[in-house]
Amino acid sequence: MSRLGTLGARLYRGEVGYDFVAKRMIWYGVSILITITAIVGLAVQGLNLGIEFKGGAVFTTPKTSVSVSQAQTYAEEASGHDAIVQELGNGGLRIQVSELDQTQANKVNETLSDNLQIPVDKINAEIVGPSWGEQIANKAWTGLAIFMLLVVIYLAIAFEWRMAIAALIALIHDLTITIGVYALVGFEVTPGTVIGLLTILGYSLYDTVVVFDGLKEGSKDITKQTRYTYSEIANRSLNGTLVRSINTTVVALLPVAGLLFIGGGVLGAGMLNDISLSLFVGLAAGAYSSIFIATPLVADLKEREPQMKALKKRVLAKRAAAAAKGESAEDAGDERGEPQDDAPGDAAAAGAVVGPRNRGRGRPSGRRR
Amino acid sequence: MAAPNRGRRPTGAQGKPGRALVLILIAMVALTGGMFFAGQLTPRLGIDLAGGTTITLEAKNTVANKNAINETNMNTAVGIIERRVNGLGVSEAEVQTQGEKNIIVNIPKGTNSQQAREQVGTTAQLYFRPVLTVAAGTPTAPQPTPSASASGTAKDGKATETATPPSGTPTATATTQGRAVTEALKAPTPTPSGSGAPKSTPTPTPSGDAAAADKLQKDFLALDCRNDKVRGALGDKAKPSDTTLACGKNSAGEWEKYVLGPAEVSGKDVDDAKGQLDQQRGMWIVTMDFTNSGSKKFQAITSKLSQQQPPMNQFAIVLDGEVVSAPSVNQTLSASAEISGSFTQESAQDLGNILSYGALPLSFEAQSTQTVSAALGGEQLQAGLIAGAIGLALVIIYLVAYYRGLALVAILSLIVSAILTYTIMSLLGPGIGFALNLPAVCGAIVAIGITADSFIVYFERIRDEIREGRTLRPAVERAWPRARRTILVSDFVSFLAAAVLFLVTVGKVQGFAFTLGLTTVLDVVVVFFFTKPIMTLLARMKFFADGHPWSGLDPKRLGAKPPLRRSRRASAPTDHPKEA
Repeated sequence: MSRLGTLGARLYRGEVGYDFVAKRMIWYGVSILITITAIVGLAVQGLNLGIEFKGGAVFTTPKTSVSVSQAQTYAEEASGHDAIVQELGNGGLRIQVSELDQTQANKVNETLSDNLQIPVDKINAEIVGPSWGEQIANKAWTGLAIFMLLVVIYLAIAFEWRMAIAALIALIHDLTITIGVYALVGFEVTPGTVIGLLTILGYSLYDTVVVFDGLKEGSKDITKQTRYTYSEIANRSLNGTLVRSINTTVVALLPVAGLLFIGGGVLGAGMLNDISLSLFVGLAAGAYSSIFIATPLVADLKEREPQMKALKKRVLAKRAAAAAKGESAEDAGDERGEPQDDAPGDAAAAGAVVGPRNRGRGRPSGRRR
Repeated sequence: MAAPNRGRRPTGAQGKPGRALVLILIAMVALTGGMFFAGQLTPRLGIDLAGGTTITLEAKNTVANKNAINETNMNTAVGIIERRVNGLGVSEAEVQTQGEKNIIVNIPKGTNSQQAREQVGTTAQLYFRPVLTVAAGTPTAPQPTPSASASGTAKDGKATETATPPSGTPTATATTQGRAVTEALKAPTPTPSGSGAPKSTPTPTPSGDAAAADKLQKDFLALDCRNDKVRGALGDKAKPSDTTLACGKNSAGEWEKYVLGPAEVSGKDVDDAKGQLDQQRGMWIVTMDFTNSGSKKFQAITSKLSQQQPPMNQFAIVLDGEVVSAPSVNQTLSASAEISGSFTQESAQDLGNILSYGALPLSFEAQSTQTVSAALGGEQLQAGLIAGAIGLALVIIYLVAYYRGLALVAILSLIVSAILTYTIMSLLGPGIGFALNLPAVCGAIVAIGITADSFIVYFERIRDEIREGRTLRPAVERAWPRARRTILVSDFVSFLAAAVLFLVTVGKVQGFAFTLGLTTVLDVVVVFFFTKPIMTLLARMKFFADGHPWSGLDPKRLGAKPPLRRSRRASAPTDHPKEA
């Protein structure tokens, strides 16, 4: 771990780092591609909606010796509809029959109980009307809209509106990707999925907030210096909080992974599995977007400010002068590319391993906060 | 509001770590004590973990009434459904509204879920039917046999009036058939089945169909009102236009059976009804106002009935196939009527409610019905707990691997969080009726991550400070304000998500949102009152302060620049203006 610790230190000091911000076009491209894929998948394949969205019944039996195909025959005979039967980890069966109403479902339940020789009260039945899933989904959309509105207002107060916008875009991006994965892989969408999806909201933003907090601090007195442009500062902050982001993501994912393993492995299917699956996908997307999408977006938005434009001019001018004086590239932060107007911050400070820098070019003496 | 904190206000947790720790210790002891005091050592389990049936109903506006969905109507509906479910002999059913137009019915295990499913959510039907015959539904048992599943144990006797001999009131007088019953009971009823002998020979049914009448007569003889299955079937079969059988309870809470004529007036014809105190006579009565068409019908039925001999002068108020009251009529009535008898305030208001809303003010559609056997519930709970244990273990392993000694702080904090969460959940059971369901367990597990995230934010800050070349004690203090801000902002966002979820959703999702919100709040409490003070104390310990390799705070490992003092880094001036 010591190397990790040192790496953390070097990241923190900006001695090493990865230029996330300058390469943002790549990330945007990747994300747009994924988003398009997700939308296409959604349009072409659509979502595999669970029984709750179509109406029907799910019967779960305790351990039984009846085979899957046998149970399917029973269920189809009893209901006159197609039945999907899965074997569960505990030897029980999960029998899904779509488009049943309450009365029919009760009949099927009794018939199954006779055929499988399991008392009725040992069979779990979940009977849902066709509009139940829709109701949950509608409420979810309402909640989503309200939440987004509130969170944008809050982040705009806590940070600034640009960050709020970037966070919102990252959030929508996460949700789109998660829904897209569901469409492409064909996971079943149940109310549990919807719950998981809504939980992603809080989580995905958690990461983003941690990163933005570092960014806000990093760019506090940005106009009082002429060494870095905003994008470069953003990138340094990002690298400085990288360990934090990775750790918080891993730690958030671990319990979800535990849930997923148990939900999928032991119970076969059900609520636990549905919630944890969508959470897992969404969290992974959230971690990616907080680093690769949210921060570069903020940098993009900030660079449009006249103040920042002026700063960039000053920084570049200073670097040009320094270069002319033949000073080492160290101050200029290892300019690998020529300053281009359309790509602020391509003069990356990070990415270079810089030699010992103790020439006493100190920080401005800080104000007491 | 977790407004980002500028300025360093000294917090209670700062500089006086002992005080904060004592506070949280007292809180834990108090909560645990409260748990024992309340005798509630485990959280109340929801239906999906304990077994039972959950039915979610959604109200639909009726065609007649476009905006019938309002709080009053919903509460009335809850009352009616509750009466219905409890009429099945279920004693602990919970019926509650949720959101604007949902009613959730939770029926614990051990009752006939199938029947409950059929009973709940069907629109209640209220009819006024003339009484043709009355008999005792059971042999008189002054004390219901404990074994009988539904013999008078159901709390359904509220809406029956006390029998009073007609007191000569000029209005309809409620009498339960005191005389009829006693006569019927004189007849020896040795049959243990308890089918009472009919007091009078069945009146020819209006249909005049002899065979049908014969069958009705047989059924009536065989009818055992104590069997709730039989009763449920009665209500299902009854067509308003047919002569039918019905059961009802008299004031003594004993079952009686009736042969009833076709419905003359339905619940729709009642405009308004309420139980009120008659000031002059100093007794509770129920007044009814009919709609225009209703009053015509009512006039017709009362003029007919008032001519008859008891028990034929009674009309039965039938709710869902069950007779809730059978007042006798002694004069023709029209637009409004009054039922008097020995009502209590409660029974009068109850009957008034039934009359006003008997035909539920709303129609309901069962959105989802879930029946879980106790075995499966137990399995799910177990799976959830195992998943939680695995998740917790993974998080702890990761933290130990990465943060070494610091992980001790994290683990202690997680334990404190767990104790607080558990005790609060247990106490919320009796407190606000909180029940732990599977999604709520999920929420608690997922929250482990959120809680641990806060520690990571703080630890990383401390390490950053050490990298700056500070010694541990100032590092701990200086890292706190900034970490605190990050934690507050991100926890506030999480809490916002949970709160919005809780407010807009229904059913299971709510349980999930609730635990998420609760744990987020507790996270803030624990970080402020436990993690930070403990960190301050640990910073005074040699093991940590000297940066032992296993403390997770070894400056060398963290890549701090020796010498260990405030070295001046020549990096971005703006990177970390670390000035206290």
